[in-house]
Amino acid sequence: MAKATFDTPELKPHQEVVDLPTVKPGTMHHLKTFPAKPVHNESIGYPGELVDDWQDKAVQRLGELVEGSKALRVFLDTCVKCGACTDKCHYFLGTQDPNNMPVARQDLLRSVYRRYFTFAGKHFPKLVGAKDFDKPMLDDWYNYFHQCSQCRRCSVFCPYGIDTAEISMAAREVMDSIGVGQKYCNEILGKVHKVGNNLGLPEPALVDTLEGLEEDVEEDTGVLVRFPVDQKGADVLLITPSADFFAEPHIDGLIGYGKVFHQAGISWTLSSYASEAANFSMFIGSADNLKKTAMRIREAALELGVKRIIVGECGHAWRVAYSFWNTLIGPFDFLDPKYPVPQHIVEFTYDLIQRGALELDKEANDHRRITFHDSCNVARASRMGNIPGGQFILPREVIKAAANNFFDMAPDTIHEKTFCCGGGGGLLTDDLMELRVKGAMPRMQALKQVVEENDVNTLVAICAICKTQFAKVLPYYQFDSHMITSLHEVVGDAIQLGAKE
Amino acid sequence: MILSVVFALLFYAATILLVVGVARKIAVYARTPAPLKIPVAPAPLTRAGVVWRMTKEITVFRSLFFSNKWIWLFGWMFHVALALVLARHLRYFTEPVWGWVALIQPFGKYAAFAMIAGLAGLWARRFLVDRVRYITSLSDHLMLALLMAIALSGLGIKYLSHTDIVDIKAYMLGLMYFDWQPLPADGFVLLHFSLVITLMVVFPISKLLHAPGMFFAPTRTQVDDAREVRHTAGWTAE
Repeated sequence: MAKATFDTPELKPHQEVVDLPTVKPGTMHHLKTFPAKPVHNESIGYPGELVDDWQDKAVQRLGELVEGSKALRVFLDTCVKCGACTDKCHYFLGTQDPNNMPVARQDLLRSVYRRYFTFAGKHFPKLVGAKDFDKPMLDDWYNYFHQCSQCRRCSVFCPYGIDTAEISMAAREVMDSIGVGQKYCNEILGKVHKVGNNLGLPEPALVDTLEGLEEDVEEDTGVLVRFPVDQKGADVLLITPSADFFAEPHIDGLIGYGKVFHQAGISWTLSSYASEAANFSMFIGSADNLKKTAMRIREAALELGVKRIIVGECGHAWRVAYSFWNTLIGPFDFLDPKYPVPQHIVEFTYDLIQRGALELDKEANDHRRITFHDSCNVARASRMGNIPGGQFILPREVIKAAANNFFDMAPDTIHEKTFCCGGGGGLLTDDLMELRVKGAMPRMQALKQVVEENDVNTLVAICAICKTQFAKVLPYYQFDSHMITSLHEVVGDAIQLGAKE
Repeated sequence: MILSVVFALLFYAATILLVVGVARKIAVYARTPAPLKIPVAPAPLTRAGVVWRMTKEITVFRSLFFSNKWIWLFGWMFHVALALVLARHLRYFTEPVWGWVALIQPFGKYAAFAMIAGLAGLWARRFLVDRVRYITSLSDHLMLALLMAIALSGLGIKYLSHTDIVDIKAYMLGLMYFDWQPLPADGFVLLHFSLVITLMVVFPISKLLHAPGMFFAPTRTQVDDAREVRHTAGWTAE
């Protein structure tokens, strides 16, 4: 792949949030993510390539989606074009392309909906901005609905709660249904169905990797920490993103989970059948794939006879798990009712810390000056603990219990106002590198401020996509790519193995 | 007398279109399933919490306040003023006039000016802010023009033409009780009535649907209890 031919946006010194950009139409019109090959589309139940009567089929599919989704139907009707969302999307802030303003992105679909499904659009299309679903419109859909990370930041600020994520998911489903899929998402989903995880890591390789990990940890600490797979009768089934099995900094998080389970003395296991927390079906708005991918987890839990399910550090996976699992693959009456289903690994570790079950040495992390990036799907589409906003409190409390130096970024860039890392929603692919770098700009600006003012050297996240994205884009902004760290690496480094034995 | 009859018929038709159109839309919103839990977090954990969340959205435009102070200022000013003006107009439809309607008359009078100021601010943004200019279509301008013209023609009746409002009230009451009375054929009155009739007709087929629609947005109205209560609807209930 050719070296990037774009300019990295410049960060301002000592500034919390980025300046408001002016509108520059078309700056990202050229960016088209790689289309799926026929085999990718077919492997997840879609036509291989553009079908003959694609216009009719697309309109028909859009109609079905609107019939079946209160959110979509209401969102397409209620927007008044007030402009509140126009400066909220990280991709607009980083690219200046007005089609990356949430309302303009929505309007790509809304204008088509109006043309075919509303009185005003059928009879007075020009008046209300209704447009035909023709080839240029399909191209715009493909380009710009693959420039939305479905992070929901716009929805927080919308007076009517309109969520662009729902609209971009619907647009991708309509495109898939006529044979226009995106390579990155569709290829990966095919791998999950076939092999069991996004990486396509088969069972023997997984077992090998985990054995190697046990040896590494024993060498480092002198203690045998187990990383079990397919262990029937274990208490806990851990469902974690497959990135945790091989890549930095993810794998250090996995080591952290292992140490937590080890010290708590709670038996756990991974599943080679369901060796993936990620569920990219959400990104492409595919109901069938969403359910099918989630179902593997129920099957694995039943097969292994576990009492609890815990989910590792993964943003969209936690959204699917927290918000959708009970609906899609519940009820979980076969699990221990004492624990929430599912439970986030941070909730699990937090509870152990509260109970005094972990021996943590904060000084082990004294070389780190830490800030925390709220991942969008955790922040705006889920919860931890039993109060609203627990998803902001618990990770910070766990970090503070394991380390002495913690500094939050600017208030307008954290909690529910957090900026997406720039790589979520099925965009974590090299062919979208320009978008990923530019979209990261608002987060990088906030990071720069805490680096300048608090000497922060560690950016902690609890999402596999965020971690991969930051490792890649940090250097573009003159930061060390190793700043990005798994939350459970910080926990793992503080755990005094052997102290409780 | 012809005008009285024409406007009477137009009012009846517009009322039917408005009521039936909005009722139909509300029925469709209510009937359409929400297959998944998608509240935007942090979200309330109880139904009562959702009522409180929505109360804040409706009364003080909470999300908009934290989003953009200018849109909030103009938008809130317009909506509160509109509510006052509408309440004030109840005196043309009630006999005797309800106590609280009589009480707000003086405020309602000034509210018309606040309404115009709010509309002017919102309209100015459509020209001055490049982002908002980009997303504005012709219908957005026309909607503002319509509302502005309704407000101005109303002021015209009050301050310029000095129409006898006793006659107007008699006409409106006559419409309500099917005992038609002559309509004062004043230019501002006819203009005001025509524009209001237009607004009533376009309401159910335009972005004015944000009023009923916002009560059905799952992102704001769902309770955050996905783990505790198994939710199914539409394709997830199949």
